[in-house]
Amino acid sequence: MSEARQLLDQPLPVGSEGKLAGGWWGIVALIVTEGSLFGYLLFSYFYLSSQAERHWPPEGLPSLLLPSINTAILIASSVFVWASEYCLARKRKRGSVVMMLVAIVLGALFVGIQLKEWSSKTYGMTSDLYGSLYFTITGFHMLHVVIGLVILLLLLAWISFRYFDEKRHAAITIGGIYWHFVDVVWLFVFTTLYLFPYM
Amino acid sequence: MGQSLSVLRPAAALALALPSPVNAAQAAEAPLNYFMRSYGPASEPTMYLGWVLAGLSVIIMLIISLLLIVALLRNRPSMDMRMIGPESGGLRWIYIGTGISTFILFGLVIYSLLVLDAVAKPPSTPAITVTVTGYDWWWRIEYEHDDPEQTVTTANELHIPVGEPVLIRLKSADVIHAFWVPTLAGKTQMIPGLINQQWIQADSPGIYAGQCAQFCGAGHARMSLEVVAESAEDFERWRNAQRRPVSSPFRPGSTGEFGQRLFMDRCGGCHAVRGTDAAGRHAPDLTHLNSRRWLAAGLLLNTPEDLMNWIVNAQRLKPGSRMPSIALSETEKSALSTYLSTLD
Amino acid sequence: MSAITRPPSDSRLRRSPDIGQAPVGSDAEIRLAEIWESLPGWKGWLSTVDHKVIGLRYIVTAFVFLLIGGMEALIMRLQLAGPNLTLLTPEQYNQLFTMHGVTMIFLYALPILSGFSNYLWPLMLGSRDMTFPRLNALSYWIFLFAGIFMYASFPLGQAPNAGWFNYVPYSGPIYNTGPNIDVFALGMVLLGVSTTVGSVNFVVTLFKMRAPGMTINRVPILVWGTLTASVANLLVIPSVSLAFFLLWLDRQVGTHFFDVANGGKPLLWQHLFWIFGHPWVYAIVLPAMGIVSDALPTFCRRPLVGYAWVALATMATMLVGFEVWIHHMFATGLPAVALSIFGAASFVISIPSAVAVFAWIATIWLGTPVFKTPFLFFAGFVILFVIGGLSGVMTAAVPLDWQLNETYFIVAHLHYVLLGINVFPVVGGIYYWFPKFTGRMMDEKIGKWSFWVMFIGFNAGFFPMHLAGLLGMPRRIYTYSSRMGWDTVNLITSIGSFVFAIGVLIFLVNVAVSLRRGTRAGSNPWDAATLEWSVPSPPPAYNFAVIPHIASRHPLWEDRLNEGEGTGQSSLEKGYLLMEGRETIGTSPIDATPEIILKMPGDSATPFFVGLFLSLAFAGMLLHWWSFTGLMILSCIIALMVWMWPEKALAQRSPTDSSREAHV
Repeated sequence: MSEARQLLDQPLPVGSEGKLAGGWWGIVALIVTEGSLFGYLLFSYFYLSSQAERHWPPEGLPSLLLPSINTAILIASSVFVWASEYCLARKRKRGSVVMMLVAIVLGALFVGIQLKEWSSKTYGMTSDLYGSLYFTITGFHMLHVVIGLVILLLLLAWISFRYFDEKRHAAITIGGIYWHFVDVVWLFVFTTLYLFPYM
Repeated sequence: MGQSLSVLRPAAALALALPSPVNAAQAAEAPLNYFMRSYGPASEPTMYLGWVLAGLSVIIMLIISLLLIVALLRNRPSMDMRMIGPESGGLRWIYIGTGISTFILFGLVIYSLLVLDAVAKPPSTPAITVTVTGYDWWWRIEYEHDDPEQTVTTANELHIPVGEPVLIRLKSADVIHAFWVPTLAGKTQMIPGLINQQWIQADSPGIYAGQCAQFCGAGHARMSLEVVAESAEDFERWRNAQRRPVSSPFRPGSTGEFGQRLFMDRCGGCHAVRGTDAAGRHAPDLTHLNSRRWLAAGLLLNTPEDLMNWIVNAQRLKPGSRMPSIALSETEKSALSTYLSTLD
Repeated sequence: MSAITRPPSDSRLRRSPDIGQAPVGSDAEIRLAEIWESLPGWKGWLSTVDHKVIGLRYIVTAFVFLLIGGMEALIMRLQLAGPNLTLLTPEQYNQLFTMHGVTMIFLYALPILSGFSNYLWPLMLGSRDMTFPRLNALSYWIFLFAGIFMYASFPLGQAPNAGWFNYVPYSGPIYNTGPNIDVFALGMVLLGVSTTVGSVNFVVTLFKMRAPGMTINRVPILVWGTLTASVANLLVIPSVSLAFFLLWLDRQVGTHFFDVANGGKPLLWQHLFWIFGHPWVYAIVLPAMGIVSDALPTFCRRPLVGYAWVALATMATMLVGFEVWIHHMFATGLPAVALSIFGAASFVISIPSAVAVFAWIATIWLGTPVFKTPFLFFAGFVILFVIGGLSGVMTAAVPLDWQLNETYFIVAHLHYVLLGINVFPVVGGIYYWFPKFTGRMMDEKIGKWSFWVMFIGFNAGFFPMHLAGLLGMPRRIYTYSSRMGWDTVNLITSIGSFVFAIGVLIFLVNVAVSLRRGTRAGSNPWDAATLEWSVPSPPPAYNFAVIPHIASRHPLWEDRLNEGEGTGQSSLEKGYLLMEGRETIGTSPIDATPEIILKMPGDSATPFFVGLFLSLAFAGMLLHWWSFTGLMILSCIIALMVWMWPEKALAQRSPTDSSREAHV
């Protein structure tokens, strides 16, 4: 009993602390299921493209320049989200706000470029099977980017309200990992839709 | 492997009859009974596999039930209900039970793979290929020929020569159906956009029932077919007869001629009668309508009365089918009847 | 305590929890009750996040769906009682069998088990709630709304009609023009949200919320079952949600995923559906098997034989379960090599089932059975499990499956699996935990009647279906001709199904009678071993007055077990008090050492509103009210922001922040 007593009688953190918070575990579980969703989307793409009777993609190989730049922008925004949390953990709240702001601007830039990419396509969602796949997959990703941006905006607001400090900022950790997930998934989407046809 | 098991036939008959009050004679009459009946090499090994698996299942179930009943009812020294038995012990049950199960399962895997190998491909290359296309809710049956004039098209009645494998190419015109003539072979889905294949072979002449086995809508229950297996000569004779276009010129003004005009007017858009203007492909080819045993994919026997009943009441008899109920006056009915009676 | 040496503000972020006792009626206990109890009245009703209330709501709602699905089945059995009957039109029959399947498989089978797990997990694990109480409420509300959604078109005669696995192209825009399939497709996506958030909650709860000392090898098998099911759900629900969403896009937007004329593939649907469908079948039986593994030993007066083997078998079943979806597609013309592999895997999957069966039989054999009603259901279940398992093995043989597939043999098999392995343990589980739920025992005499009538009716109804299948009767036919030789088996099945229904009715009567007049139950009427029986019946809002410290797998039998995992001295009376607001303890994933004091959120109506707005958004999509849909999604986002807003009381924010909101 005294052993148990010793085990129990220690100071413990209270509430949402970093990776001990329920929310951190929750977001990891959510990422598992969202990751599976993209897995099934890409499975559908490969399943249908492998059985395509005409050449694939029907409109010829996609141009790589703009999407590659856009990929770099999205990755950069992930770095800034990480930096924002890094600053906060080192008591540099202003730095944290600035980093988050940059991350959001980069994320928004990604959305803008992606919209331009969409409008430059000669096909639409309903014109053929490839169009259905292309716009559904990138559309799903776009939806996740937009949700991610809303989350980043909330985080920005909360940091500027000085809700968080070096000890307590689980929300940033949790929101941040979601954004990293959205960015990593893009690498798979990009590889499938843009690089795979070249192979 | 298959033949040696045929001695099991009476035993399996008993097994099927025993656990239920179903009367064995009636059960044996069921035309789709693949468990007791097999008439060709594409289904026979499977039937024996079924007997072995069903027999084993019954035996295992009896053993487990016995174990459970003994476990429940065996005598125990009376003890205080507050007592709790020790947690350890009993693992031997799991080791032995699972060990035996694994052993049996391993044997079954091997056996089922052997059967799969036996039925997956025909013993010799089939000389005859038939294309069967599923429609809502009937079967188009085509014996293709390099010369399109020689191609035979019929519906819901598949003729094959006895004793040789026949390759069936399976297509669908609309939704997924499944081609299933259980006493000759297992089922295969007919998937739009895809051509599946299977083979069948009947070892003795006869009529074998088939049924659509994939839910395909309102008429799914009413989508059956028949395989007619006959000697090579009979089959040739039948095929040559089916190749003939109609040639029955009617006297102008006769009832038959009126019936023919009516047919071209009201039916020819969907149905085809080779040798006339009727060339529709949405519905069964009626060139040799009267050579077939059934109407509307097994719904009605092909008699003149039921034929007219079907034409007038199709939507009531088979709701949702493409065949409309056609309003006809008595004169029109008799004229159409006269015309249709010539399609043999 | 060391807290004295620290500045006071720090205790808001880090403290040594008080250890003590809080017997019923003590000041501490009264304070706990005040902290945890929901408001009275409709406000509390709408906003409660108590896992016990949510669990019971799940059970009751799912049971109502079971009764609805059962009535649909009875109508179908009337239609099939004889050849060529015309009680139903083909279209009515198709809608009935589709809704029967949808209801039983999606709206009953998993939700009822989620109900049990929601109610029981925190009590079994020694926690005061699930990790995410609000998510739990959300999961229930969306389940309820999705259920109503899927039934919305039923009264209009336009219910889903393409079968529960809804193959394209029959369910596509060309052959199914009404709203029937859209209701199904959107409803399934909505229900998927509910299942997903529920699964997240279970997974995290298992890893974070166990009482100190409850190491991973001490959790009840029900917890293993639900954990396995939840992990599987996280991995495969996206597959079916995506399939239904793509179908909806095909139908309403004009995409071409399943559109044959433009290169779409009907088989893509079958893959996506069964990648989900097969693990799902295990998700709806593994927790029920867990119910038996946990409750059976109570009536055998000894612990389960082979705990570790059964726990491992549970997970092994699911691992193999991911690889066998093709066995629903043996007849689609895939190459024989692929079929061989998937067929062999389908045989292998019965090995873990054998482990469980022999563990149960050994437990009964080596124990001293007490023939109470729940025990009858669990013992009967073992037989049904074996029959369902053996018929499953028969379908694993590829060539035989080419015959059995899509016949009544499969219908018989799946009913032995779903009724035998789900409904029997569930009804047995209700008999078993009813005293915990309500504080009253169920009537034993009526209980035994209900068991025997259900058991006999079930076998009379469903065993002949095997024979109908062997006689070649395809499933999903609205009638048959008497020349097919199926008249007798169908008549017997119809009679059996009504006998079974009478058994269910007797059970319901028992529930109604016992709710009012059942004898009062103490905290542990069955003298069971697990933690939920250490708290009063029904349990107080806070579950455990103090967080117990667990030293064995059978905390309530420790005084009478003297070896193995039974040894040890759990501390149930004395432990963490944790009463500065709603608090419970978070522990490490494997060893369950205390890691963190978790602040649990209070009651809130936001889950209800998030669920409502989301469901209305789906209704808008169904009706093509696009701006309404947009408005509802916006409302949903705003409600989520309110929900997620960091709270000081939950220590999600820095306690020293100087913002305007500091007074909140």
